[in-house]
Amino acid sequence: MSLYQHTAHQLRDMLRRQETTAVEITESMLERIETIEPEVKAYLTTTPELARSMARVVDQRLKQGEALPDLAGIPMGLKDNMSTKGVRTTCSSKMLENYIPPFDSTVYQRLMQQMSPLLGKLNMDEFAMGTSTENSAFFTTANPRDLQRVPGGSSGGSAAAVAAGTAIFTLGSDTGGSIRQPAAFCGVVGLKPTYGLVSRYGVVAFASSMDQVGPLTKDVTDAALVLNAIAGSDPWDTTTAQRETLDYTAFLKPDVKGMRIGLPKEYFVEGVNPEIKDRINQTVQQLAAAGAEVVEISLPHTEYALAAYYIIAPAECSSNLARFDGVRYGYRSETAPDVVTMYKESRGEGFGAEVKRRILLGTYVLSADAYETYFVQAQKVRTLITTDFQEAFQKCDVIITPTTPTTAFQKGEKVHDPQALYLSDLLTTPANMAGLPAISVPCGFDQAGLPIGLQIMGPAFGEGQILRTAYMVEQLTETGGAAR
Amino acid sequence: MSAKYETVIGLEVHAELRTKSKLFCSCSTKFGSEPNTQVCPICLGLPGTLPVLNKQAVEYAVEAGLALNCTIQKYSKFDRKNYFYPDLPKAFQNSQFDLPVALNGKVRIHVNGEDKELGITRIHLEEEAGKSVHSGDNILGSDYSSEDYNRGGIPLIEIVSEPDMRSPEEAYAYLVALKSILEYTEVSDCKMEEGSLRCDANVSLRPVGAEKFGTKVELKNLNSFRAVQKALEYEVQRQAQLLDAGETIIQETRHWDENTGKTHSMRSKEEAEDYRYFPEPDLGPLVIEQGWIDQIAARIPELPESKRRRFISEYGLPEYDADLISSSRKMAEFFEATVALFPDAKMVSNWLMGEFSRLLNVSGKELDQAAVTPELLAKLLQMLAKGTISGTVAKSVFEEVFATGKDPEAIVQEKGLAQISDTAELERIVQAIIAANPGSVTDFRNGKDKALGFLVGQVMKETKGRANPQLVNELLRKYLA
Ligand SMILES: [Zn+2]
Repeated sequence: MSLYQHTAHQLRDMLRRQETTAVEITESMLERIETIEPEVKAYLTTTPELARSMARVVDQRLKQGEALPDLAGIPMGLKDNMSTKGVRTTCSSKMLENYIPPFDSTVYQRLMQQMSPLLGKLNMDEFAMGTSTENSAFFTTANPRDLQRVPGGSSGGSAAAVAAGTAIFTLGSDTGGSIRQPAAFCGVVGLKPTYGLVSRYGVVAFASSMDQVGPLTKDVTDAALVLNAIAGSDPWDTTTAQRETLDYTAFLKPDVKGMRIGLPKEYFVEGVNPEIKDRINQTVQQLAAAGAEVVEISLPHTEYALAAYYIIAPAECSSNLARFDGVRYGYRSETAPDVVTMYKESRGEGFGAEVKRRILLGTYVLSADAYETYFVQAQKVRTLITTDFQEAFQKCDVIITPTTPTTAFQKGEKVHDPQALYLSDLLTTPANMAGLPAISVPCGFDQAGLPIGLQIMGPAFGEGQILRTAYMVEQLTETGGAAR
Repeated sequence: MSAKYETVIGLEVHAELRTKSKLFCSCSTKFGSEPNTQVCPICLGLPGTLPVLNKQAVEYAVEAGLALNCTIQKYSKFDRKNYFYPDLPKAFQNSQFDLPVALNGKVRIHVNGEDKELGITRIHLEEEAGKSVHSGDNILGSDYSSEDYNRGGIPLIEIVSEPDMRSPEEAYAYLVALKSILEYTEVSDCKMEEGSLRCDANVSLRPVGAEKFGTKVELKNLNSFRAVQKALEYEVQRQAQLLDAGETIIQETRHWDENTGKTHSMRSKEEAEDYRYFPEPDLGPLVIEQGWIDQIAARIPELPESKRRRFISEYGLPEYDADLISSSRKMAEFFEATVALFPDAKMVSNWLMGEFSRLLNVSGKELDQAAVTPELLAKLLQMLAKGTISGTVAKSVFEEVFATGKDPEAIVQEKGLAQISDTAELERIVQAIIAANPGSVTDFRNGKDKALGFLVGQVMKETKGRANPQLVNELLRKYLA
């Protein structure tokens, strides 16, 4: 087995046993990138020299007998909406094609403290809006499981890199499913933490009240390790929660005896591929056989979640993306004769169709005439959805659902049908609306051999129990470990 | 203005808070630095940055609210006001829309001997925009514009009054009272010339006795309190003329032109922007506990209205003097410190309102920049009261004390400025003057009293103002009789 095929915790142990070096691991990754990137195209920017110099520091310290953090020497990639000082951060948009941030995002800082080498910045749907990475202004990433298919989105590059072995782990961001859906499509683990557990500072905002950064990894243990590294309050993001620090790996025990698993009937509806429903049900039965208690629950307002999400997220994005006006940085139309025309042309030319669609939607729902009927109503739906979950978690410890209604679709299949694409978010948006933690873990394949994702949702700050459940799923379905 | 209409005025005052750092980042708020030297990723609105609320700004806003008799809201929140302009890096301004930090205040004013209480609707916290410098008159008429983001993100409060003012004079008095309270509490520098205090005015007319308000017009570009008053006076006349001619007032924003002394239309209500306010998702609600409010309340100093009343009752100052002296905290404190050493309060207030204020004006100094102290002023007034020096000499000595801070007794001694009350010496001078001015002497003897004044003046000139004027008068009358 080549080094790039290992998980983070395996490589950590090998480094500690001096069976390999950080430089060897990084070189293996760079070689893998060279071999397979032309087909997968997960990276927008690679940073081999940054990775090598971090790896050398790790080896030096290891040689001196220093005890290093878990992720020291484990190479990773970041979704290209996370600010990296001196390394361009494009959000896969023409608008920021040449934007180089003068500061680091908190999540990147925390990974640097872990001494995790940065391999590069990963492709995504422009400004994290999309479910296929086809909305990247630069190129489409392929699903390493089937190169003709999409990797999902918006963190498509992050999921594809882990699946292709071009990064040991990556970070993605999830506003309506953007970590979990690509993780499901690519057959990797994707965790969206509770809103407020991980700092958003330096992560280019899409919908501020729902955005959350999380790991994409080869297995559940790695997800816990990366979460250990990035979780925790941040003075630069006052929406982060002040809580005691947890070691999430401590939850990873193959034991679900007495755990109450809720199955919401609203998530097993028509429109969700029967093959996926079957696979989820089978896994739940396996969990029951292992001692878990299965509870039928109801989340009655689920059917309004998607509509409300597509009001709130565009509303916030219309305001968050207004700063891209060509005045101080980013794309500027050079032909405009005056400032108003410059705004219009810069934004008209700099943004792609989907981003413009959502800005228009958001601008409309915030306008004086529509505010009460759309925005205020959507906020009420959001409260109802949150209450649904609070009531459900009286009856169960975790909720299990499919992550996506379908497995990975063909490139170009839905590109001209935004509504069909929006449906990919059907099962994932409620967790964002309620700010709850949710993980997608592989639980088998469909007949075409495409991975199926199982979603586990928990109560606020219930990362421990969803990780434990995911760990058990992994044991039962034997899907953990390196891809391909 | 004809007596047919009643004027209704409401004011919106923006006051920059005196915090050391900006509302959401740690950049300095210092005025007058090189452009774009007090900026960071947060106040430049770089992608991914988030606001961190400045606690001191909240305290100042609460303090202003308490000083203006508002109810502090224990739960308020920030909203985004969305609009595009190059001086606004995020393309939205963080402000408070429907849940401001303070509500329902009041301010007392005194106009033409009458007391009046004016309502304050609300006070909200918000951030400043940057500053645009256009190569032409405005952004669309310029070849280029430059942006300075040093000011961007400085905290300010907007104080919105009720439409309680009934004349431009009352509006002026309200502004003076408001500024005075903000200065007393030291929440704002209140420097209109540096833009740290700004004012927009709403004005409408209605037939006397009518309950319904007329259509209001908003006035902008009011760069001084006098400008507010003048613009309102102009606008009241303009609206009255339109109404007299049977025309209707258009709801609009009008620009005051200081040079022409006129207002002109900027935009009508239809052209007004839709700011698409919505709650700021990057900041939680602003929760202010009672304990915190109490702490802030405990450090509010005695306010001008209370000082004013005390100056009248305790020192017997006339209302006019009490008004003027109490309107500035520094002046009021100087007054009381001086009176503690020299108890003739009226004399102290005369000097403060007269010579002292004149010299402050001429020198452009703030009160605490002048070298004179209450001790020095008290010494000077003592010499004057005892007759050691004349009024004229006192003024010239004070000028020197004002500039140098030198002891007035030393100045008088060094320059030999003590008053001449020696009858023998003065008799000699008076006789010499009478001899030198036969014309005036004849005039006086023919009943022209004015001639006496001239002769007194000649004696004073001869003695460089040091002669005791009363004695000179007596001696002249004696020798002319
Ligand atoms: Zn700053």
